[in-house]
Amino acid sequence: MGDLQIKKLPKQYDAVIVGSGAGGGMAAYVLAHAGLSVALLEAGPHFDPAIHSLQLKNPWESPRRGASTPLRPFGDFDGAWHGWEIEGEPYTKAEGTHWDWFRPRMVGGRTNHWGRISLRFGPKDFKRRSQDGLGDDWPIGYEDVAPYYDKIDRLIGVFGTNEGLPNDPDGIFLPPPRPRLHELFIKKAGAVSGVPVIPSRLSILTKQINKERGACFFCSQCGRSCKVYGDFSSSSVLVKPAVATGNVDLITNAMAREVLTDKEGLAKGISYVDKTNLQEYEVHGRVVVLAASTCETARLLLNSKSSRHPYGLVNSSEVVGKYLHDSTGASMSAIVPTLLDRKRYNEDGVGGAHVYSPWWLDNKKLDFPRGYHIEYGGGMGMPMYGFSWGIEHLQEKVLIRGVQKEPGGYGKGLKEDIRYLYGARIGMAGRGEAVPRADNFCRIDPDGTVDKYGIPILQFNVKHSDYEIKQAKHMNETFKELFHNMGAIVTSSDNSEKNLWGLNNPGNVIHEAGTVRMGNNPKTSALNKWAQGHDCKNLFCVDGSPFVSQGDKNITWTILALSMRTSEYIVDQLKKRNI
Amino acid sequence: MDRRSSLKALLVGTVSTGVIVEACQSKDKDQAATAASQPKTEDDPTRMPEEKEKLQELQAKDFFTAEEKATLTILADIIIPRDDTSGSASDGRVIDFISFIVQDKPEHQTPLRGGLRWLDLRALNTYEKPFRDLTSQQQLAIVDTIAYPKKAKPEDLQGVHFFTLMRNLTITGFYTTDIGFKDIGYVGNRPNQWNGVPPEVLKQYNLAYTEKELKECISFT
Repeated sequence: MGDLQIKKLPKQYDAVIVGSGAGGGMAAYVLAHAGLSVALLEAGPHFDPAIHSLQLKNPWESPRRGASTPLRPFGDFDGAWHGWEIEGEPYTKAEGTHWDWFRPRMVGGRTNHWGRISLRFGPKDFKRRSQDGLGDDWPIGYEDVAPYYDKIDRLIGVFGTNEGLPNDPDGIFLPPPRPRLHELFIKKAGAVSGVPVIPSRLSILTKQINKERGACFFCSQCGRSCKVYGDFSSSSVLVKPAVATGNVDLITNAMAREVLTDKEGLAKGISYVDKTNLQEYEVHGRVVVLAASTCETARLLLNSKSSRHPYGLVNSSEVVGKYLHDSTGASMSAIVPTLLDRKRYNEDGVGGAHVYSPWWLDNKKLDFPRGYHIEYGGGMGMPMYGFSWGIEHLQEKVLIRGVQKEPGGYGKGLKEDIRYLYGARIGMAGRGEAVPRADNFCRIDPDGTVDKYGIPILQFNVKHSDYEIKQAKHMNETFKELFHNMGAIVTSSDNSEKNLWGLNNPGNVIHEAGTVRMGNNPKTSALNKWAQGHDCKNLFCVDGSPFVSQGDKNITWTILALSMRTSEYIVDQLKKRNI
Repeated sequence: MDRRSSLKALLVGTVSTGVIVEACQSKDKDQAATAASQPKTEDDPTRMPEEKEKLQELQAKDFFTAEEKATLTILADIIIPRDDTSGSASDGRVIDFISFIVQDKPEHQTPLRGGLRWLDLRALNTYEKPFRDLTSQQQLAIVDTIAYPKKAKPEDLQGVHFFTLMRNLTITGFYTTDIGFKDIGYVGNRPNQWNGVPPEVLKQYNLAYTEKELKECISFT
C-alpha cells in the first residue's frame, strides 16, 4: 500500500454522473445532447446488448441448461450480471428483518434485464396524504411529469392502449400484441369478477421508431437484453447515443466512494476506485448527479461526511436512508384443465404478458389503504432448467385424460403426462404499493463493517406493516377467484397469515425507492421538487431515491421522466449560472 | 437497421453475437455472413471473465465414479425411455447434464450419491447384486417400490426421495435438448411475427378477438 495515491482526472466536467441505469443513462443522454461535458461512472463493466446478449441461445448451449448462478441470478442467459450477492460487497440486516438487495453491475444496470413494464403514475399516486392521511404528498403532481412521460413515450417507445382510466393515464402508445390463448382465458375470468384485463404497457417496439433500433421479432427474451435494441435498455437506448455525441466519457468499473465537497459545502466531484487495478481516482464536475440505485445513492450520501455536512451530504434533515420501500408481491399458480393437451404453435410473443390488470377497486371500501396491479404468466414457454420439476404434485391434483393417476412414476406414461400438461399453467403475481415509513430504513452499518474497497456498507431495517399484509391477503383472494372463474386447479402451496400471505421479502421485487426523498420542507426531505439537494444546490439524484411513494406502478418509466425533467433543469440552471 | 436486415442478421446470429453489430453497420449481406463465425471461448463477449473461470473449474472436475454413472444412466433411461415420439434419456445425453449440474449445484451431490448407495444396498439385500447388474425385471421391481411417493412404504422413504430427485433431473435434462424440444413440440426461440392465436385454435375454444383488439393490436400480413 506504500505507493497508494489518489489520481485526479485532469478534465473538469460539467457533470459527473454516478450510475448508468435508467436514471443515469437518461441524465447522460439529456446533458450530452445539450452540449455539456459528462463523466459517466459505472461500477460494472461495459455492456452493449448487440455484443453481449445471449438472446436466441438454446438451453443446451448452457451446460446448466439456463439455471441461475450467483453471477446470473435470473438464469444463465439473463441480461443481469451479478445481483443478489457480490463477492466482497456484503450488507447487513437488523435482527428480525429481511431485505433482498439486487445489484447488477454493468453499463445499463438492471435495465438490461427488466420486465419492460412501463406504467405512468396517475394523479392520485402523487398525492396520497391528501387522500387518506397516510404517507406524504409529492411536491409535484401528475401535470408536472406528464409532458416528460409524453417525451419518453416518443423517445423510447412503449406499446399499450388508451383506456381513459383515471389513475392509469393514457400515453403515446405503439400497438400492443394480441393476447395469447391463456390471456384470453384471463380476460374472460376477469370480466366475471369485474377485474379489468387490458393490454400491457411495455417498452418494446412492435413497430420500428428510428434507424438505430430494430423492431421486436417476438422471441419473448427481453430479459436477456435485445441485440437489435427492440426494447428499452439504458445501455442501448440512452448510453450508446449519449456516448456517440462525443460529450461523454464513460468510465466503467468505477466504484464510487464518496461525493467530494468544497469549503462552501458544494459538491465538486466523486472519489472512486477503479475495480480493475484498485487505483484511487477523483473526478471533478460543476454538478454531481447520483443514479447509483436507491440504496447505493443513499450509501454514497451517508458516506460523504464533512464539517459542512456532518450527517452526510444533503442530510441535515436526517431523512437519507429512511422511507425505503419496495413494491409488495404475492403470487399463485394453477393448471387450467381446458388448456391441457393443447395444440402446439409458437406463442413466444413479446417478453412478458400481453395483458395486465390495473388496480380497479376503491381502497376506502377495503381494509388496506393502497392498491396493486396483477401481472400474468403462462403459455408454451421454452423448456429450461427446472422444466416439469415436481410433476408428482401436478399428477396428484390434475386428472390426466380423465384419470386420477398415481403421482410420480416413470417411463412412457410419464412422458405422455409431461406432454399433456405442457402449456396449461397460468401464474398470477400482484405488485402493490407499500406505505413508506420513516422507521423502514437503511443506514451505514453500526458495527463499522466495510466492503473490500474499504467503503462502509449498509445495514437494512425494513418490515412489512399490516397494510401490506392485508393487501397481500386480498391479492390471494383475487387470484383464487379468477382461477375459480376459469375452472383452474391451484397448484402452488397455500398462503396464510403464517407466511404473511406469501409476501415477497422487502427488496425482492426490485422496485426499491424513497431513500433520498424530495419535498418542499427541508426539515422532512433531502431534495427539492427538482431532485436538487436542499443543502447542496449542485447535487441531484435521478434514480428511485427521490421518490416520495411509488403507486402500484413499476417505477422505471417515472425514473426516466423525472431524470429527464431534472436534467433539463440542470441544463437551464447551468446556463443561467445559478449553479 | 431495417426489419429485413435485422431478422436476417439474427437468423445467422444464433451462432455468433458479433454479426448483429456488423449487420447494423453495413447493409452488405456478404459481410454479415462472413462475420457469423463462431467466436472462441476466450473471446466470447457474452460471458463475464468470472463465468469463464468458473466454467473451466467446474468442467475440470468429475464427481461420479464410472459405476455411479452407469447406474444413473440406467435409471434415467427407465424414467425417460425411447417411445414412438422421441428417444431416451441416453439419446439426450442426460448423464452429461447430471454430471455437470452436481458440480454447479453441489447440494445435489450427497442426495444422489447417498441415494445410489441406498439403491445398491436394496439390490444387494434382495438379489445379491448391485442395481446395475440386475435384470431389467428386477430393476423395475425395485423402482416400483420407490417411484410412487403416495403409495410407497414408509421404510422406502429414502429411496422415494432419491428417485424423485432423479426424475426431476432427468426430465429437465431431457427436455432441454433439441430431442426434448421436438418431443414437447416447442417451436419458438426464433424471429417471427406474432399475429395472435391461430384461427383454428380460437375456433376450438370458441373464442374470438374483439373489434377493439383487432383494431388496436399489431397485425402482420
